[in-house]
Amino acid sequence: MFGKLIHKKSFGLAIVLFVFFLILPLFVSRFYIYIFALIFVTGLLATSLNIVLGYGGMFQFHHSVFYGVGAYGFVLMLTKTDLSPLFAFIVGPIVAALISLIMGLICIRLTKLYFGMLQLALGSLIWATVFRWYSFTGGDNGIHGIPLPSIISSTSGAYYFTLIITAICLIFMYLIVNSPFGSVFQAIRDNPERSEAIGVNVKRHQLIGLMIAGFFAGVAGILFVTVEGSVFPDMMFWTFSLEILIMCLLGGWFTFLGPMFGAAIIVSLRTFVGIYTEYWTLILGIVLMLLIFFLPEGVLGYFVERFKPHDKAVLSGEK
Amino acid sequence: MLRVEAVKKWFDGFLAVNEADLVVEKGEVIAVIGPNGAGKTTLFNLITGQLKPDTGRIIFKNKDISGVPPYEICKKGISRSFQIVNIFSRLTVFENVQVAMLAHQKKTFKLFSPTKGQVIQETREILDNVGLYDKAKSISGSLSHGDQKVLEIAIALGNRPELLILDEPTAGMSPEETSVTINLINRLTTDLGLTILFCEHDMELVFSIAHKIMVMQQGKSIIQAKPDQVRDNKEVQEAYLGGST
Repeated sequence: MFGKLIHKKSFGLAIVLFVFFLILPLFVSRFYIYIFALIFVTGLLATSLNIVLGYGGMFQFHHSVFYGVGAYGFVLMLTKTDLSPLFAFIVGPIVAALISLIMGLICIRLTKLYFGMLQLALGSLIWATVFRWYSFTGGDNGIHGIPLPSIISSTSGAYYFTLIITAICLIFMYLIVNSPFGSVFQAIRDNPERSEAIGVNVKRHQLIGLMIAGFFAGVAGILFVTVEGSVFPDMMFWTFSLEILIMCLLGGWFTFLGPMFGAAIIVSLRTFVGIYTEYWTLILGIVLMLLIFFLPEGVLGYFVERFKPHDKAVLSGEK
Repeated sequence: MLRVEAVKKWFDGFLAVNEADLVVEKGEVIAVIGPNGAGKTTLFNLITGQLKPDTGRIIFKNKDISGVPPYEICKKGISRSFQIVNIFSRLTVFENVQVAMLAHQKKTFKLFSPTKGQVIQETREILDNVGLYDKAKSISGSLSHGDQKVLEIAIALGNRPELLILDEPTAGMSPEETSVTINLINRLTTDLGLTILFCEHDMELVFSIAHKIMVMQQGKSIIQAKPDQVRDNKEVQEAYLGGST
């Protein structure tokens, strides 16, 4: 199945990378393992956003809501019910997908920026509810000391769990993006009016796209809980949504792995520049400005174009 | 096959289409002509569902399709090209047609099987037919205007329509490109047996390929008849041809 989809070289590279990350914990300290796990989680979240943003052309301004909903759904199932943890793992992403569907049904009446603004408003509503509902969600304190299954509660356990789930999710998202659904989704991005004229029910496809993105954001939420051991409302505040949006743009929102790249850059910046100054966002601002001027297609987008001379020629209209 | 009966459409008090009538029979090539602003494109938008008529009926294959959304109308067998180039500009030429084909075969909700390998043969045939096969891998946004207009038609063909509606198919084309396109339209009717409804400013083209011509003026349909009759009609000469011919 993958033979048709992926170059042998890229497939080999993916395997090498995966094996590299598998044996990485043997060589580096716990701190770095934690950072890598965080990059996988955030990267997965950014990639899920990019399904609707880069491939669907929908301005999903408040994507972190589904991250938060997935995480809270997971944690509340663990702490408030006696059901097997397995349920919690399933419930988190499904609740996120459902919330995504409900919000989608409301927002989809509008397009482009207006879609994004309404989404931001509704998302903030959910954030405010979580932020204030002390008896249920723990309010602004969040929930700490979550009873995770023992196999994933250690740093390396969480790392392996995150690595494997992220890899599986990426494979599924890659399949979706390259499926007929993915092709039609990109057609809708380019031209919704024409898509309707060729017999595509645009709104239904957009809703399904939103649910897929919400689902994988929910998975990322669960992974965040396993890495961090807690949930708090900040993870679904709108500034964080902006941050993942920037990750997509930074890495390249027309490439599949761009957002993962962007997440790696931003998480590293925050961690390593954040040690020296709390104004690490200043560096981010400068990086962003340089990006807009020199790499409008994003970092990975630039390299993809650069190292595929044939495609580049096609893009600029030469034959 | 298609009947438009006394259709009206207002835009903020402006009557864009006023009691327009049109009959298209299977296998015919019908041209709609008229001065700029006569309501030709609006009429097409009403037929293909981009707009809803305020009054009147549009009947396709004995079913009333007025007010039905575009994607449903497309599934019933009407597809169209647009006057202003309206393609999927970041996709390749091949993908542009492939997507239409996928929509036609109702495969758009397939989530996990790769697009590569789907409807390849059908897409190739269409590109071959319109003469875009050698540009299949180009990003469609980078094509020349003439090629993009041809791609317009190719996308519409991807839906395997019974009735093909072309909104000024040769607008902005060079004389050579125009003659190639005329050739293409002729082949579509003779080889594929398509019924075609089109509008066009190029009178030479209209009179050379249309079986019947419908003339619109200020939203009204004045006449629908054979080319000779239209040419001889007094009302048409005054309204459209300026009385000079």
